Amino acid sequence: MNNLVYLKDIVTLVYDEGKCTGCGLCREVCPHNVFGMNGKRVFIRDRDACMECGACSRNCAFGALSVQTGVGCAAAVIHSLVSRKDTGGCCPPDISANGNCGKSTGCC
Amino acid sequence: MEYAVDPGLYALGNPGDRSEVFVTANYKMSFDALRSSLPGRDAWILVLDTLGINVWCAAGKGTFGTDELVERIKTSGLTDVVSHRTLILPQLAGPGVAAHEVKKRSGFTVRYGPIKASDLPDYLDAGCRATAAMRSKTFTLWERAVLIPVELVHALKPALLIMAGLFLLGGLGGSDGFWTNALNQGTPAVLAFLAAILGGTVIHPLLLPYLPGRAFTTKGLIIGAVTAVLFVGLAGLDLQTWPGRLGALAWLMFIPAFTAYLAMNYTGCSTFTSLSGVKREMRWALPLEIGMGLGGLTVWVALRFVS
Repeated sequence: MNNLVYLKDIVTLVYDEGKCTGCGLCREVCPHNVFGMNGKRVFIRDRDACMECGACSRNCAFGALSVQTGVGCAAAVIHSLVSRKDTGGCCPPDISANGNCGKSTGCC
Repeated sequence: MEYAVDPGLYALGNPGDRSEVFVTANYKMSFDALRSSLPGRDAWILVLDTLGINVWCAAGKGTFGTDELVERIKTSGLTDVVSHRTLILPQLAGPGVAAHEVKKRSGFTVRYGPIKASDLPDYLDAGCRATAAMRSKTFTLWERAVLIPVELVHALKPALLIMAGLFLLGGLGGSDGFWTNALNQGTPAVLAFLAAILGGTVIHPLLLPYLPGRAFTTKGLIIGAVTAVLFVGLAGLDLQTWPGRLGALAWLMFIPAFTAYLAMNYTGCSTFTSLSGVKREMRWALPLEIGMGLGGLTVWVALRFVS
């Protein structure tokens, strides 16, 4: 799937090389081979392959990575534009209000 | 059919205190994929309450998360069941689970297994080592195609309303009575719309990697343009006359607007688009789709009042 690429120069992935200890966990969890190992530290191989899932930043115990995550579908973005409440995109306001995405919604 | 599994600790085969512990979501398909990938092996399966949602979506939402995992370890009494302190999680749980946090709060070390449960036997036999291929999320033709039914079903309800609307709009203007006009003018519009849906929900996913453009909207526009040209040809519009030309223009605006919109929505199903990218794409795509759709519709209706 080398020809499945999305837009260029757009992702919010931020990498602080100074904090990297080379544990390699980000490389384990990344589903798109964004990171490579450069001796003792990690480097960003393919920035545009990042889909902002947040697995790397979530699993970096040293705070070297950060990325803005969120529900990445057009429907969710439209919903947040149309409705005034920020329901995180998917769930109707009444369900999201009590923090519980009910099984009745068929969106996810 | 029930698609949620009760959360908790399950035994696969005849596990003992040294058997591996696999963690999964309480969505039936996730659970079944895991247990069927380990035939003949003894293992524990810890099922988290992800509200019946699959691993990757739940991880993204946070339900397949650190808190739920730590809590489920506690309530299942796992520490009394196994003598080791290792859990094997699906790689795609990463967005929701912080491995170092789980270790700190529960004492269990999280190991991220392969993306696909079917790779687990090879992973385990290699000493819990994953190949690069096991850690890469693919989006093969089959994986793209299986998403088509759900996209079609989601499009169905609004589509029926739009088709009814088009049929009725077809009745306006023109020389014959309302219902005759609706039949003669509305029917082709409904067919054009159906062709647009087919292009946007079926053709686009299948041809995704081969269509030009990085944005999904671009790919949708191209499919729509081709569909519109075919439609104009089949409708036998005379491009030497102004009504013919304007009629063709109406289709060239109307059809791609819908294929583009449907293609754009496929970003939600894809495995490689980013939220930032989708937002950027929508900034130009949505106004374009709305403009082209309304524009095409207007020309189509206006033609019958002018000619």
